[in-house]
Amino acid sequence: MRSIPADKITEAVAKLCMDANYYLGDDVYQALKNYRDKEESPVAIELLDQCIRNADIARSSEVPICQDTGFAVFFVEQGDQVCVDGNLKDAISKGVAKGYTDGYLRKSIVEDPLRRKNTGDNTPPIIWIDPVPGETFRITCAPKGGGSENMSEVKMLKPSDGEDGVKNFVVDRIKRSGANPCPPVIVGVGIGGTYDKCAWLSKKALLRELGSKHPDPYYAEMEEELLNRINNLGIGPQGLGGRTTALAVFIEAHPCHIASLPAAVNVQCHAARHKHVDL
Amino acid sequence: MAEDIIKLTPPITDEIVASLKAGDRVSITGVIYSARDAAHKRLVDLIEKGEELPIDIKGQIIYYMGPSPAKPGHAIGSAGPTTSYRMDAYSPTLNEHGLKGAIGKGARGPEVVEAMKKYKGVYFTATGGAAALISQSIKKADIVAYEDLGAEAIRRLEVEDFRCIVAQDCHGGNYYEIGVNEYRRD
Repeated sequence: MRSIPADKITEAVAKLCMDANYYLGDDVYQALKNYRDKEESPVAIELLDQCIRNADIARSSEVPICQDTGFAVFFVEQGDQVCVDGNLKDAISKGVAKGYTDGYLRKSIVEDPLRRKNTGDNTPPIIWIDPVPGETFRITCAPKGGGSENMSEVKMLKPSDGEDGVKNFVVDRIKRSGANPCPPVIVGVGIGGTYDKCAWLSKKALLRELGSKHPDPYYAEMEEELLNRINNLGIGPQGLGGRTTALAVFIEAHPCHIASLPAAVNVQCHAARHKHVDL
Repeated sequence: MAEDIIKLTPPITDEIVASLKAGDRVSITGVIYSARDAAHKRLVDLIEKGEELPIDIKGQIIYYMGPSPAKPGHAIGSAGPTTSYRMDAYSPTLNEHGLKGAIGKGARGPEVVEAMKKYKGVYFTATGGAAALISQSIKKADIVAYEDLGAEAIRRLEVEDFRCIVAQDCHGGNYYEIGVNEYRRD
């Protein structure tokens, strides 16, 4: 059994928070460039150029890509041959406080949803732990902005609504979002599971690398069809019109109850940030 | 882009507001104020109680923005717009009391459109998520009210060539509708 000291996790998390917020992933950066080259609207081209320049400035000056440095969301894959020497939740939380403070990141979390007093250090984080076999210990940090999160939704469809019901829900959700979530967006779609699992799947889907294909050809085709339908909405960058409304649609499916067809859409803005580290 | 860029320096008049049309490119130089959700609630609470506001909003432009902290040597941290519809509940009251402009992202609701027509107001969009780029046009930032709100405090911003686009004008013109209709494929 391998043991990882809690303070090593804290240090790694602090760095992940900063890196994720300063450095746009190469896949997203390249996707912005590719769509910019295909874009038809002159305004949209100008806006996509701004996004690309913005990513360059953030990287070279080590400042946040977006002022909304997000809710700090973590996905932890913990192997059954690995244990943490200390409390994992506390270790991650301390890392968030350190990363957001030392890294000049915005503190965007209020301690109570109705009484709304800022916690001052962007804690607590949201932590999802996935037990896996072996010696793996991977922490992924995915800071999530509020504007795009607000455009997300879970819907409990009927099994009879079927594939078309899911597809129409996804497209309609993006249509109703308009300019609000900072398009071009990445669309995370959860299908199946329970109400809560489905929402989680839609967020997990956002971790996929842009340009990757779904391993199941059935869903790979659905992702392509949805991307095409969404880009035909004409919403465009910042909702001012154009052919680039989404950079990708990623689906995660899961077994579900005979009575249910849950579907969830988690919208991600173009400042799509996630970084991982293996300890 | 061959279009002319309209230069603005607040405070702006009803005549200037009336001359701005959806789709116009604008460059602002001078002073604007940042305020978002929590600060808006406080401002409107003060107006409802008949008390004086901490800033004079007459003729001014409010930028819906809460920056990240400034690194040493920087005037401000990253400073892009936040989504505007969350301020829809408060904007008409501020327009009624003299506010002329707002900068944010995303379309405004019918109550704001009506208030902009009635009190002569204009809504600009800046590029959401281009926060590091936008911060370069902010030369100075000072908290002038509600310091306890942190990122949500009201800041007096000195801006230079701050670029935005008129998204919705005081005549009901809506650049979101125009743009999307042009590139939609049914």
